[in-house]
Amino acid sequence: MAECVHLEYRVDGNNFVSAGTATESVKSFLKNMGVDPKDVRRVAIAMYEGEINMVIHANGGYAYADIYVDKCIITLVDTGKGIADIELAMQPGYSTASDEVRALGFGAGMGLPNMKKYADECIIESEVGKGTKVTLVTNFS
Amino acid sequence: MSELKRLNTVTLDYTKCKGCVTCMKRCPTEAIRVRDGKASVMYEKCIGCGECVRLCPQHAKITSYDKFDVVNDPKYKYKIVMPAPSFYGQFNNLTDVNYVLDGLKRLGFDEVFEVGRGAELNTLATRILLNKENLPKPVISTACPAVLELIYARFANLKEHLLKVLPPVDITAKLAREKARKRGYKDEEIGVFFISPCPAKVYAIKSGMGVKKPYIDGVLSSGEVYMKLLPVMKLINSPENLSKMGVTGLQWASSGGEAAAAMRGKYLAADGIENCIHILESVENGTLNEIEFIELNACTGGCVGGVLNVENPFVAKARIRNLRVRFPQIANSLADTGKPADYYLTEKEDDENFAPSLDRATAFSKLLAVQEMYKTLPQIDCGLCGAPSCRAFCEDVVFGNLPSDAVCPQLERKK
Repeated sequence: MAECVHLEYRVDGNNFVSAGTATESVKSFLKNMGVDPKDVRRVAIAMYEGEINMVIHANGGYAYADIYVDKCIITLVDTGKGIADIELAMQPGYSTASDEVRALGFGAGMGLPNMKKYADECIIESEVGKGTKVTLVTNFS
Repeated sequence: MSELKRLNTVTLDYTKCKGCVTCMKRCPTEAIRVRDGKASVMYEKCIGCGECVRLCPQHAKITSYDKFDVVNDPKYKYKIVMPAPSFYGQFNNLTDVNYVLDGLKRLGFDEVFEVGRGAELNTLATRILLNKENLPKPVISTACPAVLELIYARFANLKEHLLKVLPPVDITAKLAREKARKRGYKDEEIGVFFISPCPAKVYAIKSGMGVKKPYIDGVLSSGEVYMKLLPVMKLINSPENLSKMGVTGLQWASSGGEAAAAMRGKYLAADGIENCIHILESVENGTLNEIEFIELNACTGGCVGGVLNVENPFVAKARIRNLRVRFPQIANSLADTGKPADYYLTEKEDDENFAPSLDRATAFSKLLAVQEMYKTLPQIDCGLCGAPSCRAFCEDVVFGNLPSDAVCPQLERKK
């Protein structure tokens, strides 16, 4: 099996101060590894959207990064309310975020579309009432 | 590069350093270690921000700059001095900046050329650039050299966002030197001296950041010149009218001045190195897309917060605000200098400055080793080992900055 660095982060729900720290840590690792800046940025944007989603919608969760020499797999797992209609949620601009969250500048409905856009593979598995698992695969150029 | 940086940022007064971990723990780039009871800087990681100078309880950090005596070198037949806008904030009860400028001439300079003039020209050149639509937004200011080095070291992603306009000090020196040449002086007879608020500028200028060849011969310390100037200024009754700068240039002294001058509305200005890091992370995460221009200053308050200054940054800022009433809005124009637009642009590509990275496979295996070692440590970042964090300790061992058999003192104790 290929060598892999496994990183784990707990993401706190509704905490907008700490939101993004998991992404920043992964980003820093990839930079030190000499991954092409464009790929680092793709990982960062997709993962950040996912991390923020867990903060806003799922009362937090866990973020895992499995980093290989040629790719990185981000897995975001929460036990939140789940996504009823994934196809609808994937549409740019569609959002169920509260007005309070929107007032903070989040909840523009670009989360899932951006994940799909920036990651090479984006797999969303969700069950209403149980939670959501997002897997983001980015291959390094 | 590392040696040049050692000579031109900070060094240690070994007699004063007690080996406490204050600087090591608070260095934003983890560039300091405490080895054998004394702090030492890993210059390849240092961005010259001056935090360690500000924080050291023993005042053991020595900032590098040129001592005033360099001005007296007989090879200089025509000497030009360039005060930074923040310099005016150092003086109590200053009603007219011409006292400062006239005083500087009396210290032996042939001409004073305010950096605020270069700042205004930078602003005008920046406005033109920002109007070009194809520029990746947000555009990030490159006037603060510590921020620029931070970007080189950690934000290679943002390369395309860097503003390609020369910092005010270089524009000022370029014009001043040219003017002196027109007066008939040879290049080597002209001495151009900058009164700097910070050691980061010292390194940036000495290493020729952004320019083909440095236009500046000496970088003086704001504090040292201040002490020399005070007694001279007392003798001036009615100063010669030498200032050729407006509010636009003056307000560069503190955070927000540059951005407010460059554009209306969609800008952001942050100061303090940790805040700057935060903003750069956000740009990288793609969350600041509504912003078009970002001004970042490593020092709290902006250049008034530089560690070579004598006055508290907030006091200096207030004084500068009070001086504003005496200035026109802007006193320089691109038409007056008669230079083409590219005269004000950075003169060389900055690719070489971005931190070199190992090939990915090697880096990966080293980071894997760091990660495996990190798992075995207490992860409390106590600093006892002389590294700022458990992770930094692992990196030091894996990358050969510590012997491979180095042991965490916390684990040692538990044995």
